[in-house]
Amino acid sequence: MPLADPTPGGYFGDFGGLFVPETLVPACLELEQAFRSAWADKAFRRDLDSLLTDYAGRPSPLTSCERLSRELGVAVMLKREDLNHTGSHKINNVLGQALLAKRMGKTRLVAETGAGQHGVATATAAALMGLECVVYMGEIDMHRQELNVFRMRLLGSEVRSATTGSRTLKDAINEAMRDWVASVESTHYCLGSVMGPHPYPWMVRTLHEVIGREAREQCAARLNGDGCDGLPDVVAACVGGGSNAIGIFSGFAGTRTELVGVEPAGGAALNRGAPGVVHGSKSFLLQDEWGQVREAESISAGLDYPGVGPEHSALASAGLARYEVVTDEQVIDAFVLLSKTEGIIPALEPAHALAWVVRDRDLLAGKTVLVNLSGRGDKDVGQMIELLR
Amino acid sequence: MNGTLEVALRSKRDRGQKLLVPYVTGGLGPDWLDVVRAVADAGADAVEVGIPFSDPVMDGPIIQQASEQALAARTTPQSILRALREGDSGVPLAVMTYYNVCFRMGHRRFAESLREAGVSAAILPDLPLEEVGPWAEVADQVGVESVMLAAPTASDARLRRVCERSRGFVYAVGLLGVTGVRAELAGSALVIARRAKAVTDKPVLVGVGVSTPEQAREACAEADGVVVGSVLVRRMLDGGGPAGAADLIGSFRAALDGSA
Ligand SMILES: Cc1ncc(COP(=O)(O)O)c(C=O)c1O
Repeated sequence: MPLADPTPGGYFGDFGGLFVPETLVPACLELEQAFRSAWADKAFRRDLDSLLTDYAGRPSPLTSCERLSRELGVAVMLKREDLNHTGSHKINNVLGQALLAKRMGKTRLVAETGAGQHGVATATAAALMGLECVVYMGEIDMHRQELNVFRMRLLGSEVRSATTGSRTLKDAINEAMRDWVASVESTHYCLGSVMGPHPYPWMVRTLHEVIGREAREQCAARLNGDGCDGLPDVVAACVGGGSNAIGIFSGFAGTRTELVGVEPAGGAALNRGAPGVVHGSKSFLLQDEWGQVREAESISAGLDYPGVGPEHSALASAGLARYEVVTDEQVIDAFVLLSKTEGIIPALEPAHALAWVVRDRDLLAGKTVLVNLSGRGDKDVGQMIELLR
Repeated sequence: MNGTLEVALRSKRDRGQKLLVPYVTGGLGPDWLDVVRAVADAGADAVEVGIPFSDPVMDGPIIQQASEQALAARTTPQSILRALREGDSGVPLAVMTYYNVCFRMGHRRFAESLREAGVSAAILPDLPLEEVGPWAEVADQVGVESVMLAAPTASDARLRRVCERSRGFVYAVGLLGVTGVRAELAGSALVIARRAKAVTDKPVLVGVGVSTPEQAREACAEADGVVVGSVLVRRMLDGGGPAGAADLIGSFRAALDGSA
């Protein structure tokens, strides 16, 4: 049983919808139609598949972590999205959306970015396909992810800082939406996670399902000994907006595998929020008693967000997935541990998923856990130099 | 049955008057309520009071800054509505805020607290036709007029549905973009006003990007009136106070009345 599709209005259970200024509604409806038709078109799918293979380097490997597993008493496997071109899972979504933008006759992309991985992926696709590109990034994130700012500019994109509010991902999304309200005729908003108005949560999920499809096959091949059914006991992934998580969950939905999303303590919308509406959809949200959105606070720029994609709210409410919370300190330890035991420097975002495995290793003893290693840590090294000093 | 705001606007329009609705960010400065009264006295036909929201995606830098300042001064929906209930301005009032403020309070409680505060209408710019149903039903029951926005990107069929669902007036978005001060009136302002007027006899007001008395008069070649926001809020941010606000709105009034 795969993940359920949303209703025609874009709802997953009680969550989702289309809460955007009137100006953008026709563009969202048009986008949905365009994506449906592209997805049903063999030529579009072939173009996307060859980009994913020949340009982005898919399929990404599945790595069994021998030393880490021995140390934890938990069999840990990693889905290596860090090895994709541009260094994270974000490229899967972006190549699909950029192809779609071209097909729709758009000449310009706008995007928001937190850690800069989605921004770099979008800038990359724009360079590849000859599209103009503007990326909005919070002023604080531009500082802590300086390397990615340089990469985006090198790739020919303009990076504009969001200087209001918390000056992080939330405010970058506000700026990108404001840009889109003014530029909707020429511009596609290349949203970076399974959030925002319909059809984004569904479209972005669809573009990331490749992670789950590959991982399911790889697990079937790898976990084939005596008494094995080819499934890991648990799949774990970090959750900011939730795109890498939903991508890998999609391969295991409806099986016995337990789905676990991991939120940062400073941005745990599902664990510490309440239903609300911001950035185009209804979902769990960190907010005060009057509905003002609270500022998230996480060392990981990619997870520093007070909301979460609506499908995760639906999965949590239906008990189909479980969401855990880890602290910044636990994340830093996991970042170091994976580097030292496996020779893999993870991004701070997927280090959250690892941190949960490390923390709950006694509960997980003897189990097989597949972690989505959504990105590599190069971008975080500068920040870690400060943190580990 | 038409609500207070629509009745007031219609009767003035039907007498040949052009309509002027200034926007004031609630909680901006200690004298914001005096600004509301001052613009009413200076000739506003209704006043739109903003309940500030943390993430105002339809607003440009001026109203963003005003919202941040008002929130930093601990403004809440409750503090604004309490002030409005006590300070009678003598003209119909609308609040403008984002949907999460209404959703969080609950549709019925939000509608009832508007009515208790003497507010006739609500404008929720991130609640389009697709999502407005549950709120609009409660608003209709409670007697709060839910104003819809009509944008240049709407098809004729969609525009007709937007106008049908709108109460109070139809808020015609004058340009592709967010609120802010513009040097010229966009051509799209006249087009959207004309298109909306062709499908509804509700009052049609152009807002977003109406920044000078001349632009207001220009827009009213097609529209029944204008909403004036950023330029007034700019004056409040600059310390213009009630007198400065009255001055500005007085000049819009004079332009619309043809005596400028
Ligand atoms: C490597 C990596 N993983 C995860 C995320 C969080 O996004 P999502 O929750 O949509 O996967 C980011 C965002 O910047 C990222 O760079």
